[in-house]
Amino acid sequence: MMQRLLQSRGLAQIIALLVILALDRAVSPQFFDLRMQDGRLFGSLIDVLNRGAPVALLSLGMVLVIATRGIDLSVGAVMAIAGAIAASLADAHGMPVALAAALGAGLLCGLWNGFLVAVLGIQPIVATLILMVAGRGVAQLITEGRIVTFTAPDLVWLGNGAVLGVPAPVAVELGMLVITGAVVRGSALGLLIEATGGNARASELAGIGTRAMILAVYVWCGLCAALAGIIAAADIMGADANNAGLWLELDAILAVVIGGTSLFGGRFSLVLAMVGALIIQAMNTGILLSGYPPEFNLLVKAAVVLVVLLLQSPRFASAGAVLGRARQ
Amino acid sequence: MTSKALLAATALVAITLSLPATAAELTVGFSQIGSESGWRAAETSVSKSEAAKRKVTLKIADAQQKQENQIKAIRSFIAQGVDAIFLAPVVSSGWDAVLKEAKEAKIPVVLLDRDIDPSGKELYLTAVTSDSVHEGAVAGEWLAKAMAGKACNVVELQGTVGASVATNRKKGFDSVVAKNANLKVVRSQTGDFTRAKGKEVMESFIKAEGGGKTICAVYAHNDDMMVGAIQAMKEAGLKPGKDILTVSIDAVPDIFKAIAAGEANATVELTPNMAGPALDAIMAYKAKGTVPPKWIQTESKLYTAADDPQKIYDSKKGLGY
Amino acid sequence: MNASSDPGSALLEVRGLSKSFGTLRALQEVDFTLRAGEIHALLGENGAGKSTLIKTVTGVFPRDTGIVRLGGAEVAPRSAKAAVDAGIATVYQEVNLLLNLSVAQNLYLGRQPTRFGLVREAEMRRRAAELLAEFDLHIDVAEPLGNYSVAVQHITAIARAVDQSARVLILDEPTASLDRHEVEILFAVMRKLALRGIGVIFVTHFLDQVYEICDRITVLRNGRLIGERETAELPRIELIRMMLGRELAGTTSERAAAKVRQAGEVCARFEGYGKVGCVAPFNLALRRGEVIGLAGLLGSGRTETARLVFGAERADSGSATVEGKPVRLQSPRDAVAHGFGYCPEERKTEGIIADLTVRENIVLALQAKRGLTKPLSRAEQEGIAIRFIRLLDIRPPEPERPIGLLSGGNQQKVLLARWLATAPRLLVLDEPTRGIDVGAHAEIIRLIRELCDDGLALLVISSELDEIVTYSDRVIVLRDRAHIDELEGEAIDVSNVLAAIAATGTAGAEAGQA
Repeated sequence: MMQRLLQSRGLAQIIALLVILALDRAVSPQFFDLRMQDGRLFGSLIDVLNRGAPVALLSLGMVLVIATRGIDLSVGAVMAIAGAIAASLADAHGMPVALAAALGAGLLCGLWNGFLVAVLGIQPIVATLILMVAGRGVAQLITEGRIVTFTAPDLVWLGNGAVLGVPAPVAVELGMLVITGAVVRGSALGLLIEATGGNARASELAGIGTRAMILAVYVWCGLCAALAGIIAAADIMGADANNAGLWLELDAILAVVIGGTSLFGGRFSLVLAMVGALIIQAMNTGILLSGYPPEFNLLVKAAVVLVVLLLQSPRFASAGAVLGRARQ
Repeated sequence: MTSKALLAATALVAITLSLPATAAELTVGFSQIGSESGWRAAETSVSKSEAAKRKVTLKIADAQQKQENQIKAIRSFIAQGVDAIFLAPVVSSGWDAVLKEAKEAKIPVVLLDRDIDPSGKELYLTAVTSDSVHEGAVAGEWLAKAMAGKACNVVELQGTVGASVATNRKKGFDSVVAKNANLKVVRSQTGDFTRAKGKEVMESFIKAEGGGKTICAVYAHNDDMMVGAIQAMKEAGLKPGKDILTVSIDAVPDIFKAIAAGEANATVELTPNMAGPALDAIMAYKAKGTVPPKWIQTESKLYTAADDPQKIYDSKKGLGY
Repeated sequence: MNASSDPGSALLEVRGLSKSFGTLRALQEVDFTLRAGEIHALLGENGAGKSTLIKTVTGVFPRDTGIVRLGGAEVAPRSAKAAVDAGIATVYQEVNLLLNLSVAQNLYLGRQPTRFGLVREAEMRRRAAELLAEFDLHIDVAEPLGNYSVAVQHITAIARAVDQSARVLILDEPTASLDRHEVEILFAVMRKLALRGIGVIFVTHFLDQVYEICDRITVLRNGRLIGERETAELPRIELIRMMLGRELAGTTSERAAAKVRQAGEVCARFEGYGKVGCVAPFNLALRRGEVIGLAGLLGSGRTETARLVFGAERADSGSATVEGKPVRLQSPRDAVAHGFGYCPEERKTEGIIADLTVRENIVLALQAKRGLTKPLSRAEQEGIAIRFIRLLDIRPPEPERPIGLLSGGNQQKVLLARWLATAPRLLVLDEPTRGIDVGAHAEIIRLIRELCDDGLALLVISSELDEIVTYSDRVIVLRDRAHIDELEGEAIDVSNVLAAIAATGTAGAEAGQA
């Protein structure tokens, strides 16, 4: 029974999220309080969604890449590049130009990664490592090592504004989920990506253009990373090339894994990857609210991640089932 | 010790200022870490202007955060026969061999901004650094004075866990808190020295402290985190600088903008001018053989709204912060 | 036989060895006897059980039943290392040595001569040079092994094995990547070892080499022992019959029943089609409602022909036309667009996508053909899946079950369904009955006939000659990566095909014309 429950798709993640939210409530009694502040919802729950937006956006792209049995280590650096470009152009050229240039840069970065992996056949971890290292350097060149601030109100709105009370980053995050879902599940892309990730040789022999498929997911991943970078820059009204998106690629990979997508490719779930990102952020916010000394942050995080991953493990579930039977 | 060093430094500055720029055409090689932060970029540009002011030729080598590049740069400075070498060491150990080479070539070395392991003490002339414990204390003393005995709950945004600057700035502030019973640090979390994390941590502090009503002041280990925290306070409907007092460290241009706007109260300067005192020490050493003290401590100056923040902002913003 | 180590007596005896992987019985009650001082060929097509036998004897796989005796004493190694310690060494085609280390280091890795805990490099080199000299190999043993040819690497591996007091040496396809001269060197070494009383098991698919060097031959087929013969007393055609043929009786009548079909028009034609190093240029016309069988031994170019036709390999000569129009087949995608389908021999690695469901596996090729923007709705997918599950009797009849959990035969049916769903004009089947139990085997053959009656063109590869003879309208015989003969109508029977395969040089052509 327990085994059945734990193995049904997504349940482990939802339970984990609920448990963490309950823990958050335990350390911070006002955790679920919501009120309006300057026309937007305000409260810890909103913080989770809002602060989780960059990683959630990254995980939307990352989950597709991982589904093809790839990985993209460069998303953090791409965030920095996109943020740097948007911030440098926003005040002088206005929001449309800044946005187009930043997203265009993300697209190019994705194309570069996709070209290395799909066309040249370089291992994804190595191919994207190149941009991970070089990309931050590019971003630093753009900002000349400074924090480039801007005041263009429409770009600032992306960080601090609200749509019907929902903070703009959250709206973007949900919008991107809907768009990605529509593109992937509304077309045959989802099935073909899962096939490619499950067995690339067999997929090729079934007539699937696996190279194009792989190229496409890296491009989409680059685009999502650029969007995350724009939002991160809008949030602090400035582009911090040294720190924007730093190590977030690891959080995004973790979110995807917590979301139940195997690093060996194949089956993936956009929504669960998003839930994974929320689990990570709910944990971060909870730690901040708890008042524990910061030296414990990483330990607590690691322990929670371990528990969530154990919950998902089929062997652990069956061990649990055996224990349950023994008790009866 | 601290005040003594400060005195010595001031005295030295006084002496050297009175000297004519005798040693014409001094050449100094400067192995800079890189440009990983705005402060570092400002340090580089201030070093250039300070050297130009003294008619010293300054050769800057950017090491891009790599010790091996710094060692290479120092060797090439030695080969070129420069008059002195400035080194901003990226790490604290592993310098003995190359500094011995400099010593054998009779080229004095001055450390800027960061110190190295004690084993290398004999290998350099002097180190020009700020005292980050002192910086934290200056910040704390400002707050103690501003509160004048009234009770105050302080939240603290720490730098990166384990970074010595963060540990020291915390230590200095805590020493003042210990002496003032009315000050109490109620929450302390790391904001990793970044704006984004500063904002995120402040957001949760506000939620955890009754919407910010029970917070009286914020102390941040650097200005960048404070700039983020100010945004968080504004978004929560609070008035930073009035509802909640702020004090932070570094004195980067953006904090002066906030001070000018009444959204921040005080900052303690980590001066980017490390090269100035270093150059003065070297010129005195070359001209008269004056051996400077082993540590030249830079001033940790406090700035508030009384110091014409807009003017300081204008003067600082061109430095590359 | 007695258990002493006189030359000619039984050195390694395998009795009643069985091994199953899941439901697939890879070895069934196999006996095998290796005598001291002989070179013994172990032959059979892909999937016959040769490597399973080797790996089970050497402890790589645990055995289900059976015993192994070495020099009369029972042995049951639990790992390849334990087998080496017992005196059974194996050298695989891909030599397991470290190319960046020196020859001497490779020879003595893990057992270097030491003094006071230090490796005695000079001593090691001296011994290494002596050891290799026994095999007439005089090279600088201090050089990295990677600097030498594959043959030297093989001999180094053999020398290492023999020096570890091996009594039985197993060589698994050692000559596959060697040129003629290197093969000579290797054979000289093998003969020398045999003279010393070592028993050598030689696994290969080069029959010429078998006749050149082997004293005795054991043939396996479908996991069973077919027979053990003296090489000198076994004609080549008889050997091929052992490897490929089954019961010869009865096939002719079945064949007559299959022969009422009428071949339709040509739907795809290949002229001078070929690729260097893959298969020599061939002409091939595929007609609607016709089955063409490709017969030949392993490595004769059958699979290569299939992959060229399907665009999985790019031809470097010749032209292809579909329905009279010239086409370029640069990729499987092109081939699918022209209505081709291909069920590869390696079902697990190239066919199924194990994690996906039966439904998804079935609609995959159709979806790829329709393109990204025209997704099949869930309802359409289910409709197609259920239709083919019924039509092909796929069991269990659950479209949402991951295909990896199905039996081999049912997986094969799902792959057939994948292609039938695309309404193809040509279907290429590579070993469609490999690794499938007897019941499903007959069903697949029945399906092949029915598909043909529906007007499909079929190109079928099989190592089962009587199977090919049963359903083929034409049989193309391959040898040494070339199409050498074509049999049609009444000429198609097992003995003619065998004769064509076994014939050497021009004799082959004559046999075919006869």
